[in-house]
Amino acid sequence: MSQLALVIDLNVCVGCHACVTSCKEWNTSGTAGYMSDDRPYGEDPTGTFFNRVQTFEIGEYPNTDTVHFPKSCLHCEDPPCVPVCPTGASYKRPEDGIVLVDYDKCIGCKYCSWACPYGVRELDEHQKVMKKCTLCVDRIYDQSLPEAERKPACVMACPTSARLFGDVHDPESEVSIAIRESGGFALMPEWGTHPANHYLPRRKTQITIHKDELVRADNPLKKEGKLPKPDINEPSLDDVTSW
Amino acid sequence: MHPAFSVILLTTLIGAGQGLFLALYTGESYSVVELLPPQSSQFYALGSAIAVVFLIGGLAASFFHLGHPERAWRSAAMWRTSWLSREVIVLPLVIGLIALYGLAHYLRLDLKIFGVETNVRGDLTLLIGAAGSLATFGLFICTGMIYACIKFLQEWHSPLTVINYILLGTACGFTLATAFAVYGAPDLVNFYGAWAIIITLAALVTRAASLIRNARIRHKSSLRTAIGVRHSKITQKSQGLMGGSFNTREFFHGTPLWFFRSVKWIFLVLVFPVPVALLLAGLLGHSLTLLYTAFVVQYAGLLAERWFFFAQANHPQNLYYQTVG
Repeated sequence: MSQLALVIDLNVCVGCHACVTSCKEWNTSGTAGYMSDDRPYGEDPTGTFFNRVQTFEIGEYPNTDTVHFPKSCLHCEDPPCVPVCPTGASYKRPEDGIVLVDYDKCIGCKYCSWACPYGVRELDEHQKVMKKCTLCVDRIYDQSLPEAERKPACVMACPTSARLFGDVHDPESEVSIAIRESGGFALMPEWGTHPANHYLPRRKTQITIHKDELVRADNPLKKEGKLPKPDINEPSLDDVTSW
Repeated sequence: MHPAFSVILLTTLIGAGQGLFLALYTGESYSVVELLPPQSSQFYALGSAIAVVFLIGGLAASFFHLGHPERAWRSAAMWRTSWLSREVIVLPLVIGLIALYGLAHYLRLDLKIFGVETNVRGDLTLLIGAAGSLATFGLFICTGMIYACIKFLQEWHSPLTVINYILLGTACGFTLATAFAVYGAPDLVNFYGAWAIIITLAALVTRAASLIRNARIRHKSSLRTAIGVRHSKITQKSQGLMGGSFNTREFFHGTPLWFFRSVKWIFLVLVFPVPVALLLAGLLGHSLTLLYTAFVVQYAGLLAERWFFFAQANHPQNLYYQTVG
């Protein structure tokens, strides 16, 4: 069984919101209908989004790190939002693990949004149905698109390739290797939802320099310059070669 | 969580209706074993009608919570997994059984219509009432479990939630039955009144227990687990939106802290000591007005109690929406 998912690299995300806008653009133009946008340039804008980029500051000034954190449906392997749905409108596809909402069956009771700890389900204020990330299910299987473009809109839009897309059940897929080898983690593991989407942590490249490495131990007189060539008959430092 | 008025009305109205029916059936059961004098059929029929009105009122209120009420029939589909779906099935069942119970009393039917002779007074209504009582408790459990089954709403995820729904609804129903019995069954006023006081005090114990539990609760989720960064100091700088969204409206009660805190004391006073005092005064002074006031005050208190129940639940998604930016 495959489980499609996103892997988001927090080390690479620059917080440009390109995934947010391209997600909205693709999904508001689809056959499933528009995504509400009320007063987008007015005083109190509101609307439906499948994806958001948030920003967090880690630590205290001056030792701070800024983490840009894209958040969308994690397509949990054990999604708590699905069993609570009274109509069966909310379901997890067995073939690829995408969690979807059937907009024609949803009664808009909001119970699934209560049952999602991540807050990634939003009630559309005009269509009055629950909406969420579809992993661009209308795009990733579209045979009319070139194969390289059969990816979610957010993945296509990311300028820094912080978003990877693939099957996390295939151990050799790009996403599985990234999770395995770059310390991929899941959000709120305490609830046992087993999110399919994973995040890669911030990683810093560091070298350790010990104090005695700052001065040459074999230069006690601190005279810089080329060392005199030893005689050919003299033993060398490494006993291998003097030339 | 944001307390939706439709759900507050739904849970309080059906609670009162269920409690009233349980009171009626308790009275009838006691009279069969001759612990209490038997009452007229009209008393049970009218009482059932009042219970049905409360339950239908609750059902009607629930439709205002839905985005697509015309599709509400679909919500009976997932009874295998969803407590909400189970409630959708059990609620009409309870209404039907209580209506049948009242009708059987009104028409004075017994098992003779099926050709069975039992020599027990009101054997048919006893059977329908037993089924109705089972369904009523089933409905209490469904209603409570809708909230108690969501494990990350830790304030709700406790058996106390279900127990409170049962006791608070039953207490309210018995208080209503006390006032109602003044008209149709004066013999039962003291019986209902005493039970109303006992159940109200029992509900005080369990509701206080849940308040104490919730005051000491340690939330499992934090910003650390929410974004997966292990650091003791994480602050949100932007939630990714400047205006509001479903996430900022649905999961927070949106009132100042002083209001939130005062509602707790308001409901603690209105649901428990005031109705108990009014019931005692009404029973001792034979005052119908005081008994009805006890019900009205307790119901108003239960509206506040339900508001507080929703407002107190702290959804972990709020961790992601703390700073506009």
